[in-house]
Amino acid sequence: MPLDLSNTTFLGYRRENGRVGVRNHVIILPVDDLANAACEAVANNINGTMALPHPYGRLQFGEDLELHFRTLIGTGANPNVAAVVVIGIENGWTQRVVDGIAATGKPVTGFGIEQHGDHETILKASQVAKEYVQWASELHREEAQLSDLWVSTKCGESDTTSGCGSNPTVGNAFDKMYPHGTTLLFGETSEITGGEHLVAERCRNDEVRERFMFMFNRYQDMINRHKTSDLSESQPTKGNIEGGLTTIEEKALGNIQKIGKQCLVDGVLDKAEAPTGPGLWFMDSSSAAAEMVTLAAAAGYVVHLFPTGQGNIIGNPIIPVIKICANPRTVRTMSEHVDVDVSGLLRKEMTPDEAGDALLDSMFRTANGRLTSAEALGHREFVLTRLYESA
Amino acid sequence: MIDFVVHDEGDSVGVVVVEGVKAGDKISGWIMDQDKEVEFTAGSDIPIGHKLAIKPMKEGDTVIKYGVDIGKVVADIDKGEHAHVQNIKTKRW
Repeated sequence: MPLDLSNTTFLGYRRENGRVGVRNHVIILPVDDLANAACEAVANNINGTMALPHPYGRLQFGEDLELHFRTLIGTGANPNVAAVVVIGIENGWTQRVVDGIAATGKPVTGFGIEQHGDHETILKASQVAKEYVQWASELHREEAQLSDLWVSTKCGESDTTSGCGSNPTVGNAFDKMYPHGTTLLFGETSEITGGEHLVAERCRNDEVRERFMFMFNRYQDMINRHKTSDLSESQPTKGNIEGGLTTIEEKALGNIQKIGKQCLVDGVLDKAEAPTGPGLWFMDSSSAAAEMVTLAAAAGYVVHLFPTGQGNIIGNPIIPVIKICANPRTVRTMSEHVDVDVSGLLRKEMTPDEAGDALLDSMFRTANGRLTSAEALGHREFVLTRLYESA
Repeated sequence: MIDFVVHDEGDSVGVVVVEGVKAGDKISGWIMDQDKEVEFTAGSDIPIGHKLAIKPMKEGDTVIKYGVDIGKVVADIDKGEHAHVQNIKTKRW
């Protein structure tokens, strides 16, 4: 029986701003590298909280600083997060992150370390974190619609089986969700190279097309400015080449199978920018897995579909990452990382519709609370995108 | 038993989807978009996921997969042979 999505619901946490999350995290968020130690200490003190250490946040400026704030605020604002403790070395930028997250209406408190030191900061932040986690533990899941769900996709360590198996499976699921008002996302600007004309054809109107081509050309200009070769071994990666992918064009054509055959590209986002309505959005983003998934989480997406060929093992601290694989060797050698095995597609033992339904079934179970392989294995890759050097 | 798949019958390459294909092996292919089956002889040892040429290609030719240009041939490739970085390069960057 094919899955009927017209009556399908899931159980999620409806937040103060109306958005629905599928996890109920209390996070301890550092504004900068210097606050990592205090954040990790608080997370050690209080069960059920999670620190998100990262290496940046000092002396950034301009667009790169704006992206830093947008990513941190978006991470805290994500509906998979119930409440947030923010810690930074000083109060100014700390307060800016707190204010951004507070706009959602969720509980958030910030602490600056200067004039207090780590000990006092950790004590006070732990007291607040304890209150938050006890409060969050009493929140309940409630029934939500497909139009409440935001789903992102990005593939990694792709090989040729990604283009014939796991990526079209995501495309099949996207085509099925799209008519129900789900908010969808793809990105990976450099990995569209060779298929940009196909994405441009799928854009809803000329305005969206022009914005997509602007983002695409901006990324190409960046690559051309910095490249010292034809990028062999970076794009495609060594792993891609080991898996049989030869050129960026071949990789891109496999990549864009993820947007299916029917859904249109309704809008274009800058990095970590939140969409303003349902439909399929393109985000200008790095093709490095953890960077892109972190940006998708910061834009407000709550579940991520991640096809892999050779076996990328990525997870994310706040959004569940579901792995789909069509390579029988990877399924055999790395089974603990694979949530949905669609290798039967390449043996004609499974139809694309069956594969798409298997993925949707796994996605709804994940949304309802089942841990993904990456969650169970403790993968929490939180990687901020930088645009250039610090001042 | 499907040993390799081809996206579209206009493509110049297919993808091996089983392990252990050796030169001289008789292998069966599935052309996905047209749902046709074809028989081939492997011209090289080809690892799973790697491509084989399903038509002969000369240096300078364009390689077609998904019905779209995926790069240029930089060394001649015979039908059935392993088609990868040793004989195909990007046209970009």
